[in-house]
Amino acid sequence: MQIFIAFLAGLLMSVGIAVSKMIDPAKVLAFLDLSGNWDPSLALVMAGALAVYSIGFWLIRHKPAPVVAEKFQLPLLSKPDKPLLIGAVIFGLGWGLVGYCPGPAISALSAGSVGTLGFVLAMIAGWYLARRWPLTKIISRLS
Amino acid sequence: MDNFTPIAALVGGTFIGLGALLLMVALGRVAGISGISSLAIFQREGRSWRLAFVVGLLVGPLAVSVLISDFSFSTPELSLRTVIAGLLVGLGTAWGSGCTSGHGICGIGRFSARSITATLVFMAAGVFVASLF
Repeated sequence: MQIFIAFLAGLLMSVGIAVSKMIDPAKVLAFLDLSGNWDPSLALVMAGALAVYSIGFWLIRHKPAPVVAEKFQLPLLSKPDKPLLIGAVIFGLGWGLVGYCPGPAISALSAGSVGTLGFVLAMIAGWYLARRWPLTKIISRLS
Repeated sequence: MDNFTPIAALVGGTFIGLGALLLMVALGRVAGISGISSLAIFQREGRSWRLAFVVGLLVGPLAVSVLISDFSFSTPELSLRTVIAGLLVGLGTAWGSGCTSGHGICGIGRFSARSITATLVFMAAGVFVASLF
């Protein structure tokens, strides 16, 4: 059951990514690039997703456990720290270069473009390197 | 602003929110695509549901292309720029514990100070690069 629901959740999200055209990096860049013909669509994608998620999350806030798992697993950290800020800057730089964040890039793989495949493989390499060299370790070594 | 597509954006956003909410209600998990995908590859524990989620991501656009006949989208060229961007997105989402879905939707959706901060920062960095280069 967990497997089927996880599949369905991924499916719904990438259907949304496709329908909203966020799967098209040109569409995302038209939002991020304020210097050209600005396209505010991405703001409405986020607004729509946030409205559904925040209301839903508020409605289930007192539930003791999720439907098909033992407990809710929420992040333990609550305050912003250096790795969060540095990571967000690096992610944003990469996002603005091509217009891909992880969801749209993975969703677009089925189109069979070598550019998309190259991006995703480089992204996986980045995940691997970040696991090998946690930013907290690099920061403590530098300071 | 002639390229503005408000209806498609809101409908698509609703689907994204529903998928993310389903994962929280049913499995109690944050729908962070970068975290789920990287752990599907690099962590044995909990691999099956994470792989199923990634398969769902891959199938979604195929389903849409069956339902909407004129569905198409552009893809980037394979270039040094594309590879560097992928590497930065991988490093940044791993070090920063999340991407547009995990921080931008799930995190902000539960009013997490970390996620609100992260989203403002990566949006600003994205706007900076996309507007200048």
